[in-house]
Amino acid sequence: MTKLTHLTIAKALKGLKNKDFTAKELTEAHISAIETSRSLNAFITETPDIALKQAEESDKRRASGTTGLLDGIPIAVKDLFCTKGVQTTAGSHILEGFIPTYESTVTANLFDNGAVMLGKTNLDEFAMGSSNTTSYFGNVINPWKNQNKPEADLVPGGSSGGSSSAVAARLALGATGTDTGGSIRQPAAFTGTVGIKPTYGRCSRWGTVAFSSSLDQAGAFARTVEDTALMLQAMAGHDPKDSTSAQKDVPDWSAALNDDIKGLKIGIPKEYRLDGMPEDIEKLWQQGMEWLKESGAEIVDVSLPHTKYALPAYYIIAPAEASSNLARYDGVRYGLRVEGEDLQGMYENTRAEGFGDEVKRRIMIGTYALSAGYYDAYYIKAQKVRRLIAEDFTKAYEQCDALLTPTAPSAAFAIGEKEDDPIKMYLNDVFTVPASLAGLPGMSVPAGLDHDGLPLGLQIIGKAWDEQTVLNIGKTIEKSAQFAAMPQMVVQKAA
Amino acid sequence: MAKLTKGETGEWETVIGMEVHAQVIAKSKLFSGSATTFGAEPNAQVSLVDAAMPGMLPVLNEHVVEQAVRTGLGINAKINLHSVFARKNYFYADLPQGYQISQFEDPIVGTGTIEIDLPDGTIKEIGVTRLHLEQDAGKSLHDQHPTKSYVDLNRSGCALMEIVSEPDIRGPEEATAYLSKLRMILRYLGTCDGNMDEGSMRADVNISVRKPGDELGTRAEIKNVNSVKAVQQCIDYEVRRQIDLIEEGGTVKQETRLWDPAKMETRSMRSKEDAHDYRYFPDPDLLPLEIKHEWVEEIKQTLPELPDQKKHRFMKSYDLSAYDSSVLISERARADFFETAAKGRNAKLTANWVINELLGGLNKENKNIKDSPIKAEQLGGLIELISDNTISGKIAKDVFATMYETGQDAAAIVEEKGLKQVTDTGAIEKIIDEVIAENPDNVAAYQGGKDKLFGFFVGQVMKKSQGKANPAAVNELLKKKLK
Repeated sequence: MTKLTHLTIAKALKGLKNKDFTAKELTEAHISAIETSRSLNAFITETPDIALKQAEESDKRRASGTTGLLDGIPIAVKDLFCTKGVQTTAGSHILEGFIPTYESTVTANLFDNGAVMLGKTNLDEFAMGSSNTTSYFGNVINPWKNQNKPEADLVPGGSSGGSSSAVAARLALGATGTDTGGSIRQPAAFTGTVGIKPTYGRCSRWGTVAFSSSLDQAGAFARTVEDTALMLQAMAGHDPKDSTSAQKDVPDWSAALNDDIKGLKIGIPKEYRLDGMPEDIEKLWQQGMEWLKESGAEIVDVSLPHTKYALPAYYIIAPAEASSNLARYDGVRYGLRVEGEDLQGMYENTRAEGFGDEVKRRIMIGTYALSAGYYDAYYIKAQKVRRLIAEDFTKAYEQCDALLTPTAPSAAFAIGEKEDDPIKMYLNDVFTVPASLAGLPGMSVPAGLDHDGLPLGLQIIGKAWDEQTVLNIGKTIEKSAQFAAMPQMVVQKAA
Repeated sequence: MAKLTKGETGEWETVIGMEVHAQVIAKSKLFSGSATTFGAEPNAQVSLVDAAMPGMLPVLNEHVVEQAVRTGLGINAKINLHSVFARKNYFYADLPQGYQISQFEDPIVGTGTIEIDLPDGTIKEIGVTRLHLEQDAGKSLHDQHPTKSYVDLNRSGCALMEIVSEPDIRGPEEATAYLSKLRMILRYLGTCDGNMDEGSMRADVNISVRKPGDELGTRAEIKNVNSVKAVQQCIDYEVRRQIDLIEEGGTVKQETRLWDPAKMETRSMRSKEDAHDYRYFPDPDLLPLEIKHEWVEEIKQTLPELPDQKKHRFMKSYDLSAYDSSVLISERARADFFETAAKGRNAKLTANWVINELLGGLNKENKNIKDSPIKAEQLGGLIELISDNTISGKIAKDVFATMYETGQDAAAIVEEKGLKQVTDTGAIEKIIDEVIAENPDNVAAYQGGKDKLFGFFVGQVMKKSQGKANPAAVNELLKKKLK
């Protein structure tokens, strides 16, 4: 029998149903995997006691015949979701020791569906980063190694790097993430996992520490497309406590999931062909088109003319909102307080010590962009660009049903690389940011390895509220790619 | 013509615009479900949203929006079907979010007008620029600990309407008339209780002076003006300060000043250079507020009769003077009391009794019409007894005093004390005869030409009848008998 930690969520659910193992056994297997993989630094807080208790309750429910969609499935939760009674840090010193008295809607939905929480995963501070190197709680390490440079530790992508690393290393069957400009899709690509960001408004933001309110959206990591569908189904839904959450029913995505994409038109945006993009990525993209064609889809060339303005617009809008969203971390009511001579001094000391460099950089950019005299030139201009980008997608969708692009312009890189220049780091999100600005669903599916033996992902971008098509195309790629590679450490451990 | 202020160099005109913050009457806050009751224990009415815990989101209170629309309709203003909530960013200990959710470029209510009644009986129209909704801040308490400040978040997130006037106000009388009228309208509408001493209505006063006909002068904004009287006082002080300053060769600085009611002066809080850059931007946690025209129309149908309408109706249908009407309509409860008491009775007489006797008595005790020991119907009963000559006006005052003290009906008091007016001429004649018999000297003097003594005889007769004799009958019979 396969190791319990190597199961998919779908197979684990079957095993639980068939009484091949209990939720407790499944959970214990994951708890010990976490214990032996602490070198990855994937978790900020491990919650084995809670996990075991939830698993036991799940076993009882299963015995009595009333189970939820994810009953007994051990998952990891990005430490941006507030969890009742469990420290929630957002990867920041300023929230170290903060224990919410409330449960975020997304985690509450997961628990209502029977999910078991193994712990809170590491992330870039306040979800700001693409490499998980800005966390106050240390870098997260990607379980994958560059076969030509095996001595270097690689980044797991960011900001949801703890979640992607944990799922790739078989420390959890699935994990929650949040995606503001690519924070689920890019780490999924870097770790050979599947990651989905649904349409903006699909998941409630209530109880999730805010980075950029108009862009933040919760989503899921897992090792198969079907598993992400199950995860997302258990997380999503309208929430009256979030005015931006959509009043839409959650479809049964997993039940409707299939690889019949005959007749679908898949758009290939020409603006995503970047100069200097690694050849492996270009080749994989071509391969993806071939697979979809073989499955009966039609490939069409489309244009998203404002793509090149997406990244600059994003790096105005997201920091502007962040500069305001992070004002509440002032040392007055919770979290870190560093005393000062007066109120002003206390603010300065607390925020100087509590926030890391990247967070400070974005607060300053955002504050500047909203300042009198600059607001029109930056913030308003960026919002106009954002509308043009959304219109680009609307026009493209007159010709096609979904888009296929690479997820990221490179494979996972070494920790410390690209740290000298924030712009280099920001370029990681070049393919993921446009869909975020337009609020569209996007997914990264592992599709192959590059010449260094590192996983690469393909991104599928869908129409608003059409996660089903995105999932079905993902399923098709998954089936064609037969991606079975595993991180070296997982292989070694299994041996 | 607006009142001018004399200075060394001639006369000066005062130009005033007001920003009034009115707390909306609502059970819960603007964006959270916490209660809004005044006077609760510190921090007893604070939700996770009000305390700006991580991940908390605002959800707009529909009732508050209705109240704002109602208020807009009450001041004849344009209702904006599309409005936007924006964040006003600044740091302060009693502002948990680090920003106030307010409305900036797109307020819910646009331009309107308020009519004010001036002491000389004229009416002036004051323009309203806008009304917008915003969150109140909490309260910092600096006097509870030697080195620390305490923060009470009960008020944090309560809904405020900021009502901004045009600079149409000229001088303290107009300013107080504006504030009083606005408060009256809000109270009529039931959208703000107008209790300035509880902080549910607060005013910022923008003041500048100029020579008549000149361009507008530089203004100072006076904050913390928390009573109608303080509005008057701070304007008097500030106008004098600005005139003296300019006449001594100085210039008025654009700044925010604080009214100190203890020292009776304004003093500088911060200058324009130190002004915050609030970095307003649309709140991404809230969608733009879209309301339907039909809904606004529905709200319009539920508006009560407003003070000005009521005043004109009182003047027309009850034939009351403008002054009496103004007094009666200044509170809705007062007007209702009057109308109940006057129904089917002599309205002018009723108005006199309400204004002179009842309100006079209540004012002495600092009481409101709602606390009146005499109910409207009971006062109406008294009016009936006067109108049908059952009692004289003089006796009525005694009856009123007893009613005020005991809460009894007028008829019962008259019955019990035997105060019915004597109209029986035989009985009156008998008393007159006695008085004539007892005062032969005065009778002789009167008949000898001292007409003034007639009043003496009336007084004696009334005294003997214990005030119950009908005065008209007494007059007539006395004249006959003394011939």
